[in-house]
Amino acid sequence: MNANKTRNAALLCTSLLAVTAASPLLAEELRLITWGGYAPDEVVTQFEDETGIDVKITLSNNEDMISKLRATGGAGFDLAQPSQDRIVGVQRQFNVYKPIDYSRINTDQLQPSMVKATQEATALNGKSFGVPAVWGTSGLIVHSSVADTVKDYTDLCDPAVAGKVSYRLKRPTLMGFAFAMGMDPFAAYNDRDEYASIMAKVEDKLIECKANVKTYWTGGDQLLSLLRTGEVTAAMAWDAGGWKLNAENPEIQFVAPESGALGWIDTFAIPRRSENEEAAYKWINFVMQPEIAAKITNASGNFTASKAADEFVKADLRDAYRASFGEQAITNIKWYPPVPPGLEATEGQVLDRVQAAN
Amino acid sequence: MKSSASRLSLWLLLTPFLLWIVLLVLVPHMQMLRVSFQVRESWDTLAWGLEQYQNFFTESYYWRTFVRTGVMSLFTTFLTLLVAFPVAWYIAKMARGRSKGILFLACLIPFWASELVRTYGWMILLRESGLFSSWLQALGWADGPVEMLYNDVAVIIGLVYNGLLFMVVPLVTTLDGMDENLVEAGYDLGGGHATVLREVVVPWAMPGIVSGCIVVFMLTLGSYLTPVLMGGKDSAWFTEQIFTQFITRFNWEQGAALGVLLLVLSSVMVWLGLKLSGQSLRKVMG
Repeated sequence: MNANKTRNAALLCTSLLAVTAASPLLAEELRLITWGGYAPDEVVTQFEDETGIDVKITLSNNEDMISKLRATGGAGFDLAQPSQDRIVGVQRQFNVYKPIDYSRINTDQLQPSMVKATQEATALNGKSFGVPAVWGTSGLIVHSSVADTVKDYTDLCDPAVAGKVSYRLKRPTLMGFAFAMGMDPFAAYNDRDEYASIMAKVEDKLIECKANVKTYWTGGDQLLSLLRTGEVTAAMAWDAGGWKLNAENPEIQFVAPESGALGWIDTFAIPRRSENEEAAYKWINFVMQPEIAAKITNASGNFTASKAADEFVKADLRDAYRASFGEQAITNIKWYPPVPPGLEATEGQVLDRVQAAN
Repeated sequence: MKSSASRLSLWLLLTPFLLWIVLLVLVPHMQMLRVSFQVRESWDTLAWGLEQYQNFFTESYYWRTFVRTGVMSLFTTFLTLLVAFPVAWYIAKMARGRSKGILFLACLIPFWASELVRTYGWMILLRESGLFSSWLQALGWADGPVEMLYNDVAVIIGLVYNGLLFMVVPLVTTLDGMDENLVEAGYDLGGGHATVLREVVVPWAMPGIVSGCIVVFMLTLGSYLTPVLMGGKDSAWFTEQIFTQFITRFNWEQGAALGVLLLVLSSVMVWLGLKLSGQSLRKVMG
């Protein structure tokens, strides 16, 4: 009798377990950590309707994304969107991603050149860890009154724009200034001494330039409000922000600097302890369809790796893009190569010294 | 039987406290201490060493930022005391009945909004295209837009505002308990305002002053949003450097070392403050 009871209880337990194990199929979930604008409500709703998968979104940026995944050893999210230059180093050091199974990705709808570039940039031990998603550049956002003065990053230090300038105290600024000063930091990535000497020159320049800066911006909204009110007339920033302001005020424009805009590609990467890989691949293939990708472009202002999405993009955004990027400016874009180990420590010290300098 | 029951209830009462102190205070700090002594040799190997602590003393921007943060925090604490004392005096001694409650509430209300919102409030007032600047121009006192944000004065204003409540409350509590006859006796014995304040009121309020100062000093030293948002390009604040090391640079080892140093150095400063003012922690907190 008693044994029977126990067996019944055990049976009940197992069947309960089976039900709970099966229930994720009923209410599947995709936990996505991404940037603002990369998963607009409209797209999410459409995905949920078509697949029945619930999408939970966490907004983030590169550093925060890496910190979060590092803290959990790659758990907590099913899909992440780090920039492609920040994957290999992080993977080697913290092992937070798993390789991409390209056979599960519909590569026909992606731009082949970008797929190849991302595969190479995120390769480690013969496997790729990223799929290209969204790309954009950093360059200059200038008001037309100073457009003749500010044509390159170093022109932000021109006395004519003193006190009306803003940029970030982060690595893109170091890269931009190095290029504008006639050096090539990317070529020196693997030569530590050479790189350190480039950074030392950039450091001097940035300290000298500090008096010109109104404030170092830390968030996109902060910068946009500085430019909107005219408190800042020239800034180093992302293209999408420039186009957004251009739509509000035609006097403000995004320009590709003479030494070249800095190009980045944000990817899809799957965290090592992703609990729903299947949904992650579904999401990737879903959002890279031309019409869906165009919605992301309309929402974030950035263009995607989806082939033929351009024709679905809002006309004014397309025009602003064409005004900023001529043929010459496109070929002149400096794409970020993967960051090798140790560089960020050097850069960090440079940035700290600039911040502390008076 | 009875003693075991009371022991049980003692443990039950202690459990939340022990859980809190062990899980949220001791364990993280031990962990941080351990990480701070790790040195990353290459991508996947670690060694033990003091490198991070050496960095603090050899790279001048670390300790310079710390000194700057410490000095500005002390100054902020002092200013907060100056501003809060008359307010607390008025609430404790002059106000009567309902107005007392209302005044106290008025001090409290700003703290229903988060620090971020309060800081943005100041930014709206102080920025170049902000309210103060446009009023100055409208009154004809300024020719062009005046930038009042992004400097140390703005940071201190924000910090004093943030610390005010934590100074007012302990001051009101101690001043409340003071017998007004003492002040009267001081005047009767021929003391002026300054003498009475120095010889009677301040000594009486000393425990409140010191505990208020400790709380405000610690809050200021550890604040992050206000210096970052209002300080602009020169806003080197020590917590900002810790944040940068952890989040932006992935250098948890350096960040942990700076965190430990902040804890040790601020404790030393509080201890010195107690010694100099002749107070003991037990008297101040008890």
